[in-house]
Amino acid sequence: MDNESQYSGYSYKSSHSRSSRKHRDRHRSKSRDSSSRGDKSVTIQAPGEPLLDAESTRGDERDDNWGETTTVVTGTSEHSVSNEDLTRASKELEDSSPLECRRFAGPVLSGVLGVFALLTPLAFLLLPQLLWRDALEPCGTPCEGLYVSLAFKLLVLLISSWALFLRPPRATLPRFYVFRCLLMALVFLFVASYWLFYGVRVLEPRERDYRGIVGYAVSLVDALLFIQYLALVLLEVRHLRPAFCLKVVRTTDGASRFYNVGHLSIQRAAVWVLDHYYTDFPVYNPALLNLPKSILSKKMSGFKVYTLGEESSTNNSTGQSRAMIAAAARRRDNSHNEYYYEEAEMDRRVRKRKARLVVAVEEAFTHIKRLQEDEAASSPKHPREVMDPREAAQAIFAPMARAMQKYLRTTRQQPYHSMESIITHLQFCITHNMTPKAFLERYLAPGPTMQYQRENGSRGRQWTLVSEEPVTSALRQGLVFSLRRLDFALVVTVTPLPFLTLGEEFIDPKSHKFVMRLQSETSV
Amino acid sequence: MSFIPGQPVSAVVQRIEIHKLYEGDNLILGFSIGGGIDQDPTQNPFSEDKTDKGIYVTRVSKGGPAEVAGLRLGDKIMQVNGWDMTMVTHDQARKKLTKKNEDVVRLLVTRKSLEETVRQSMMQH
Repeated sequence: MDNESQYSGYSYKSSHSRSSRKHRDRHRSKSRDSSSRGDKSVTIQAPGEPLLDAESTRGDERDDNWGETTTVVTGTSEHSVSNEDLTRASKELEDSSPLECRRFAGPVLSGVLGVFALLTPLAFLLLPQLLWRDALEPCGTPCEGLYVSLAFKLLVLLISSWALFLRPPRATLPRFYVFRCLLMALVFLFVASYWLFYGVRVLEPRERDYRGIVGYAVSLVDALLFIQYLALVLLEVRHLRPAFCLKVVRTTDGASRFYNVGHLSIQRAAVWVLDHYYTDFPVYNPALLNLPKSILSKKMSGFKVYTLGEESSTNNSTGQSRAMIAAAARRRDNSHNEYYYEEAEMDRRVRKRKARLVVAVEEAFTHIKRLQEDEAASSPKHPREVMDPREAAQAIFAPMARAMQKYLRTTRQQPYHSMESIITHLQFCITHNMTPKAFLERYLAPGPTMQYQRENGSRGRQWTLVSEEPVTSALRQGLVFSLRRLDFALVVTVTPLPFLTLGEEFIDPKSHKFVMRLQSETSV
Repeated sequence: MSFIPGQPVSAVVQRIEIHKLYEGDNLILGFSIGGGIDQDPTQNPFSEDKTDKGIYVTRVSKGGPAEVAGLRLGDKIMQVNGWDMTMVTHDQARKKLTKKNEDVVRLLVTRKSLEETVRQSMMQH
């Protein structure tokens, strides 16, 4: 499909190509027939942010206007539309929320089924009373016992369903969640068969033995309790015991972590990994990736190859390039030297800026202090201007602003921290009596990606799960799948945890004895 | 007689040839040894360097074959019949000295006075 090759070819700068790719992504995620490539590529959507956010590359200093002169070809549209139309159409698609509906379809269905199952016993009890109350045999104490136990069990079912299942889902999985579907089918089957028997045996012949009917309802509730136990074990408990070790590597800068997980399917494991990705991995900063151009470009510039004679150009070019590569490899390569010095220089610069920043912040923090309540009353002679945290933050921001800006620029973090966010953070730190060091911890080390999320997390974060196996299959040794985002991917490798053979050795506490070292003498 | 681990040791040595004596059923040499790499070197009264784990002569019985051959108290044994004695355990040293099928043991021993003698003789020239 030609849109995929174009996807890999584009850079991510222009807003026009960005939105057209969003459009393509949505088309691709809606259709599930991507198996033509051999890989199965399906979409996971996690609630959080809109598709374009702080994670994808955007640099302030890059020119956003060069897209005006680019021709964008979208493979999915049959008729030609202009770029503005595409942008408008994709924005409309975003604002209307088909994605949100998809997210809630599963839970709503299971909620309806659960409510139906909970109301069924009550219906079993009430229908005979409503329809043929006079013909019913009266039933005394045993019935009351059964009523109490029925009520109690229904209450337990209600509370535990609320505790376990009524949680907003955090991820939309690409394929059906097998265990949940199994359980819903089971519940539906149970309730349907109970209704069937009820209809045939009780409603039709107008059964008069009320105690039997109550017993029937109680047995349904028992069965529902056991199904809930099964649900608890399958959905919550089975994956708690660790069985596999996942190695997660980010493709762009090699940041890696190891995690222990239990028996999960691939899609659930992917959700698990992403949960931990947002808090463990340092944020992906595209500006920190590559070697400076000055080092890399020196490699191929040393040789010029002249052609003598009139051979065909294709033969010549391959011969030329091979000769150049071989010659460049043979030439003594000093670019590692430059890399080393460049790195050392960069370190020095960062450290210098950091020192200036720390000093400026420390000094700025000495300008203000917290007003104690008794001070205000006791010194009417020296009226000091009383400020709230926001004003205090703004007052002390000025002396440190320049040092902060220079430091952020050196460490290429300035897209992540606007002036507004710095002042807000300063206000937060002042309110909570933090020291300058605590204020600076946010800027001195790149924090986890979670720290840079924007608060309006109503839209999902789009991740694509790429795997060669069907995504509902269980984890096993040697499985590799990757979670792709627009500009980077996480590659996950599965290895089983080793089987441990623990032996036992008993040490008698009285056996700890010591002697002086040997100095023996032997006569020969 | 100090040594650096890993470096070759150089010392002024004396060759001593001891003929074993039959005493009852056993062949004896007439001296006692102490030391070894499994022993505590700080207890050695004869060594200069208290980390030296070599085999030292701790007692020479009067009139025995060792005294006759010229072995002195406090000598460090470097070789026995070609076997190295500078890095052996106490038991290994004992075994090398008490082989039943050997009548003669040829030792290379060193002592401090040997070095001084050599130095003095060199200074005289």
